[in-house]
Amino acid sequence: MTQKNRVNGGLIDRSSRVNFQFDGKTYQGHKGDTLASALLANDVRLMGRSFKYHRPRGVMTAGSEEPNALMKLRTGARQEPNSRATVTELFDGLEARSQNRFPSLKFDFMGINDRFSNFLTAGFYYKTFMWPRAFWEKLYEPVIRKAAGLGSISFEDDPDSYDKGFLHCDLLVVGSGPAGLMAALTGGRAGARVILAEEDFITGGRLNAETHAVGGMSGSDWARSVMAELESLENVRILTRTTVIGAFDHGIYGAVERVSDHLLVPESGKPRQTLWRIYSKRAVLAAGATERPIAFENNDRPGVMMAGAVRAYVNRWAVTPHQQVAVFTNNDDGHRTAADLIAKGVDVTGVIDVRPDAPSLVGIEVFAGAHVVNSKGLLGLKSVQIRLANGEIRDLTCGALGVSGGWNPNVHLTCHQRGRPVWNDTIAAFVPGGEMPVGLTVAGAANGHLSTAQALQTGADAAVRALKGLGVSAAAPDLPEAEDAPISLTPFWYVKEGKGRAWIDQQNDVTVKDIKLAHQENFRSVEHLKRYTTLGMATDQGKTSNMGGLAVMAELTGKSIPETGTTIFRPPYTPVAMGALAGRSIGKDFHPTRETPSHKWAVEQGAEFVEAGNWLRAQWFPQPGETHWRQSVDREVLQTRKSVGICDVTTLGKIDVQGADAAEFLNKIYANGFAKLPVGKVRYGLMLREDGIAYDDGTAARLAEDHFVVTTTTANAVLVYRNMEFARQCLWPDLDVQLISTTEAWAQYAVAGPNARKLLQKVVDPEFDLSNDAFPFMACGEITVCGGLQARLFRISFSGELAYEIAVPTRYGDAMIRALMEAGEEFDAVPYGTEALGVMRIEKGHAAGNELNGTTTALKLGLGRMVSKKKDCIGNVLSEREGLNATGALRLVGLRPVDSKDVIPAGAHLMNADGSVSAKTDLGYVTSAAYSPILGCSIALAFLKGGGDRMGDVLRVINPLEGQEVRAEVVSAHFVDPEGERLRA
Amino acid sequence: MLKLKSITPLGADEARVDRFTGLTITEVTERALVSLTARNDQADAIRDKARGLLGIDLPDIGDSAMGNTHSAFWIGPESWMIDIPYSGNEYLARQVKQAMGDSASVVEQTDGWCRFDLEGATMTSVLERLCNADSANLAEGAVTRTQIHHLGCFLWRQKDGFAVIGPRSSAASLHHALLQVAQSVC
Amino acid sequence: MIINHPLLGPRDAQEFTYLGDASLIHRPDWQGEDASGQFHDYLYLRDNPAGQHRELWFHEVGDRSWLVVTRNTLTHEISNVELARDVARREGRGK
Repeated sequence: MTQKNRVNGGLIDRSSRVNFQFDGKTYQGHKGDTLASALLANDVRLMGRSFKYHRPRGVMTAGSEEPNALMKLRTGARQEPNSRATVTELFDGLEARSQNRFPSLKFDFMGINDRFSNFLTAGFYYKTFMWPRAFWEKLYEPVIRKAAGLGSISFEDDPDSYDKGFLHCDLLVVGSGPAGLMAALTGGRAGARVILAEEDFITGGRLNAETHAVGGMSGSDWARSVMAELESLENVRILTRTTVIGAFDHGIYGAVERVSDHLLVPESGKPRQTLWRIYSKRAVLAAGATERPIAFENNDRPGVMMAGAVRAYVNRWAVTPHQQVAVFTNNDDGHRTAADLIAKGVDVTGVIDVRPDAPSLVGIEVFAGAHVVNSKGLLGLKSVQIRLANGEIRDLTCGALGVSGGWNPNVHLTCHQRGRPVWNDTIAAFVPGGEMPVGLTVAGAANGHLSTAQALQTGADAAVRALKGLGVSAAAPDLPEAEDAPISLTPFWYVKEGKGRAWIDQQNDVTVKDIKLAHQENFRSVEHLKRYTTLGMATDQGKTSNMGGLAVMAELTGKSIPETGTTIFRPPYTPVAMGALAGRSIGKDFHPTRETPSHKWAVEQGAEFVEAGNWLRAQWFPQPGETHWRQSVDREVLQTRKSVGICDVTTLGKIDVQGADAAEFLNKIYANGFAKLPVGKVRYGLMLREDGIAYDDGTAARLAEDHFVVTTTTANAVLVYRNMEFARQCLWPDLDVQLISTTEAWAQYAVAGPNARKLLQKVVDPEFDLSNDAFPFMACGEITVCGGLQARLFRISFSGELAYEIAVPTRYGDAMIRALMEAGEEFDAVPYGTEALGVMRIEKGHAAGNELNGTTTALKLGLGRMVSKKKDCIGNVLSEREGLNATGALRLVGLRPVDSKDVIPAGAHLMNADGSVSAKTDLGYVTSAAYSPILGCSIALAFLKGGGDRMGDVLRVINPLEGQEVRAEVVSAHFVDPEGERLRA
Repeated sequence: MLKLKSITPLGADEARVDRFTGLTITEVTERALVSLTARNDQADAIRDKARGLLGIDLPDIGDSAMGNTHSAFWIGPESWMIDIPYSGNEYLARQVKQAMGDSASVVEQTDGWCRFDLEGATMTSVLERLCNADSANLAEGAVTRTQIHHLGCFLWRQKDGFAVIGPRSSAASLHHALLQVAQSVC
Repeated sequence: MIINHPLLGPRDAQEFTYLGDASLIHRPDWQGEDASGQFHDYLYLRDNPAGQHRELWFHEVGDRSWLVVTRNTLTHEISNVELARDVARREGRGK
C-alpha cells in the first residue's frame, strides 16, 4: 500500500487498482478517484508551477473551479494541456505531466522570475515593452510567450470525433446536489420531460462530500436512492459528465457531455465529447456554491487548500491531503472540516478562526480571533505562522491547511444574459438577481440557501413553480430530514499583516499588492481591474479569486462590495474544447458537397474539379499528353467552336414560377419586360437590387401562359429565391403566383457548337423538329428524348455558338451525358468544364460574377436600355439616380494587348498611354481576363471611364503590386461573332 | 434509339441499405414526388380534387395524409408534396396538373430529392445528433422541415420509423452524415 | 432565440434568415410624387431602435414564410409574430 494518505470509507472501489503516471512516475489509485485525489493519496502535493512567477503550486479545490492543478494529459496527438486534475477521472494508463516548468517540477529554471517579482507586477509588460516598437513582434512577444503561459498543445490533428446534438425538455435541472435531485424528482414524478445535467461523473453534488445524514441515511446513499427512482422514469434523462456551459435566449442552454474523456481512447466510432443544445421550457439552476479563500502571505504553497475541498477528499475519496492538517476559517464550515478529519483519524493540529467568538471543538485546539500570517515550506507546506488574539506569534506544524472564507453561490448562468447578481449580507456573497434568463429559477446553494434542508426545500419548490408555469401541477415530494445549520460567518478577505505577497488569483499570479497597484494607477472599475491585473482570466475565470479581488478593491476605494460590483460572467462556464464547438464540421465535412448529375461520369473521365459554392464542378477534362491546364482548356474551346462541346450546367439555379399572374410577377422582378414573352420562348433577364445595382442575371423560359422556369447564377440561387419570395409575400401579396425550386430535379446540359443541332437530333425523339425555323434561337419546349423520356429543351447560348440546353430528370442525368457523348462521337464532341465556359463567355462579352460585383448598374454593363421605364420593377426608380447615370462613368469594354504575346492581368488598373500612374488618373480596372484560343491572344473585359467613347484607344494596363504593365487597345467586349450569326444559325 | 438507365442519388444501380445494431438506414428510390400549391383562393377546390385523384384528404399544417399507396405532406402555406409509388411514371406531374387545372400550381419534384428511411431502437438517438427536430415527440405522420448537416430536409414520422428527405445533389454528404452518427450511437 | 412561428409553433432562430426593419414592406409607388426621394428614404432611412423593433425574418429552413417579428433588441423578448403576407395585406399591399 503506497497510498500513504488513504483513509477509510469513501466512494471509491478499493477492489480496483488503477495505474497511472505523473511526470513519468507510476502510481496507483482506485476507480472513483480523480487524478487529484489519487495524487494526494500518494502524498503528491506539488502539482504545477504558476503562470508568471513559476511558484510551486498544489491542488486547491476538488472541483471545476481549480486554478492550480492544471496538467497535460495523454501523449501524442491526444495530448491536451491545462486539464484540471480535480475533474479528471482516473483511468488505467492515464499519463499526466505537470506544466510550465523546466527541466523539472521540483527544479524550475524560470523559478528565477519569483526573485524578480518586484519588477513583474501588474502592468509590467505594458510598461516595459513599449519601445522600440519594432521589437515587440520579433523579440519581446516570443520571449514572453515562451516564459509565460500554461501547457502546450501537440500540434497534431485531433484524432477524435465530436458530436453535436439537440435535446428538448420541459424542465432542465442544472446540478444534481440536494436541490437538483429534489427538482428533478418533483418534475419526474409529475410526468414532465426532465433533463438532469451533472458535471461530475457521479450525481449527488456536495452530498457525496459531507457526512450529514439525509432522511436517516448518508447523503450519498440518499442521493443514490433518488437516482434509482429517477432512472426508472422514462420521462427523465440523466446526463452525467455534462457541464451546462451557457444560458442563451429563450430557454436554450449549451452543455458539453464528456462521453469518452474517462477512457484512454474513445471506443471505435464513438465521440470524445458531445455538445448539446438543450431546448427547455423551464430550467432550475442548482449549481451549488464555490468556497472562497482568505489571502495571507505565502498562501499559495502546495498543501494550502479550500477547507470544503479537504472535506471532499477525506469523505468522498478517502484521502487526506497530509497526515497533519490545520484549518483557517471565518465561519462554521471550517469546523466541519476539522471534525470530519478527526473522524477519519487525521491529526488536526489546530483551527485558526478569525472570529473572536468562535465555537470550540472537542479534541482540537481552536484559536479564536487568530489569523494565519505566513507559511513555510518551499515545495510543500510545512507549517503556518499564526498571530493569536493576544498578539502572540506561534508556528503551527501542518502539511495541509484547509481555508474557508465562506461560499459564493454559482450564479454564472443567471448572468449570461442581463442578470447582475445582488449582494446578500447573511452569507456575504452575491446571489442571483436582476433580469434572469427567461424561464430560469435558482435553487439551493446557487441561490444562497446553504443548508441541506434549504437546498432540498428550494429545489422542490423551484420545480413546482416552474411546472406550474407550464400548466403542470406537481406536488413537492416529502422532504427528508436534513441538517439546517444557520450561517455564522464574519466576512474576512485577506490578512493585512506581512510585507510579502498574499495571493488572490493563483492562476494568474495576482496578489493583494497588484490590486493596490491597480488602484494607485486608477484602474479601479472592476472591468479595468480585471484587464490591468489579469485577475479572473484564463481557465478558471476567477471562480475562487474574483470575490477576493473585489473585496480588496472595495476596501481601497472606500466603497461597499456591491457598489464595486462584479465583472460580467460570460459563457462558457468551464473551458470547452474547440473540437466540441466544431463538432463534425471539420475537414471535408465542413460543409456538404453537391454533386452534379454527371459527376460519376466526370470522375471516370479524370476531370479536374473546382468548388463553386458547395457544388463540385468539372473544371476541365485533361486528355492523355496534356501537361498544362491551358492545353486542355484551349482544346475544349477550339473544339466546341469548331464542332460541338457539352457542359453540365445543372448548377444554375432553377425556380419554377406559376400562377395566373406569373408574367406580371416576373415583370416586377426583372428590370426588363416579360409580360409579352410568347409561350415557347426564352428571354435573358437582369435582376436589380432596389438600389438600382444589378445583382443577378439569367433566363426565363415561358412553358405556358401561367408557367415560367427562371434560371439564376449558381452562386445566387438561394438569394434570388429568397428575394422572389419576399416580393411575392411582402410586396405584392395578392399576385397569384407560386414558387418552388427545381434546381436539383433536372440534369441540364449545354450542347454548343456548329454541330449541336446534328448531335441533338440523334437523341431527341423524331417527332420534335429542331430545325432553325421550327426551333429558332431563344425557343424552348417540352420534348422527349431517347424513346419517350420527358425532357426540356432551351435554345440559349452562353458561348455564342449555336447552342441548346437540354434537361432530363436527374436520375437520368448520368445516362444522358453518356448518350450525348456517344451521339457526339462522329463529331468529335468534347466535354468542357467551367474554365472553357469562362473563356467562351469572355470571348462573347457576357457579364458574370466578376462583373456583377455589387457596384454594377445595367448602364455600366451596356444594358441600360434593358431597364424598362414603362413598368414598375425592383430597382428601376433608383437606377435613374444622377450619380448612376453620370457621363464618363465606368462602362464595360473589351481589351486586347497591342503586342499579342502580352498577358492582361485580371484586376489590373487602366491608365492613359501617357501621364502619371496614380489613383487620380485611374481610368478603371480589368474584371475578367483569359487567353482566347480563337484569337490567339490574351483578352479581357474591363470597366473603363468613358467606355465606348474610347474605342480604339491604347491604354496602359497596370498591376503595381507585381510590377506588371501591358499596353492594350480598347475594343468591343464581343470578341467573337459580334453580330450573333453563329447562335442564330 | 438509345435507352437511358437511371441511377440512384448515391450513384448506384440499386438502393443502398446500411445496417447497424438497432438501426437500419434504407435508401428509398421508388417514390415519386410532385409539389401541389393552391392558386389564390383555390385551397378548397384542390382539396376536393386531391380527394378525387389520390383518395386522401390534404393534410393540415405540419402533418401528412397516408393512404395505402398515395400520401401527401404539408410543405408550406397551402402547399403540399404528393408522394406516390414511382413505378417508372415520368409523367406524374402532368397527370396531377390535368386533374387540378387552373386551381393549382404543380411541379415535378421527384428527382430534386433523395430519401433515407431510419428504423430501429436507436433512431431517435441518431436523429437528436443530426437535427433540432424533437423527433421523439413527433406523432405518426408528422412532418417537419429541419436542417441536417447544413441541408434543409424533411423529417417525416412514419409508422415504424422516420423518412429523411433531403436535396438530391447532396445525397452522398447526407448519407455520410447519417452513417457517422449511426456509428457514434449504435 | 426561439421564434414562435404562427403556423409551425416555436422554431429555432437558426432556421431563419434575417432581413431587417419591417418597413421594407412599404415600398413606395414608382409613379408617386418624388418617387426617387421616397425610394431613397425607403431604402436608406430606417430606424435601428434599442427596444421594440418590427423586423422581417425568412423561414429558409422551414416553410419559406416571411414573418414580421416584433422583438425587443435589448432583451430579445419576442412579443408578436405574424405572417408577413397577412401584415402586407392589412397594411395596404395588393397586386
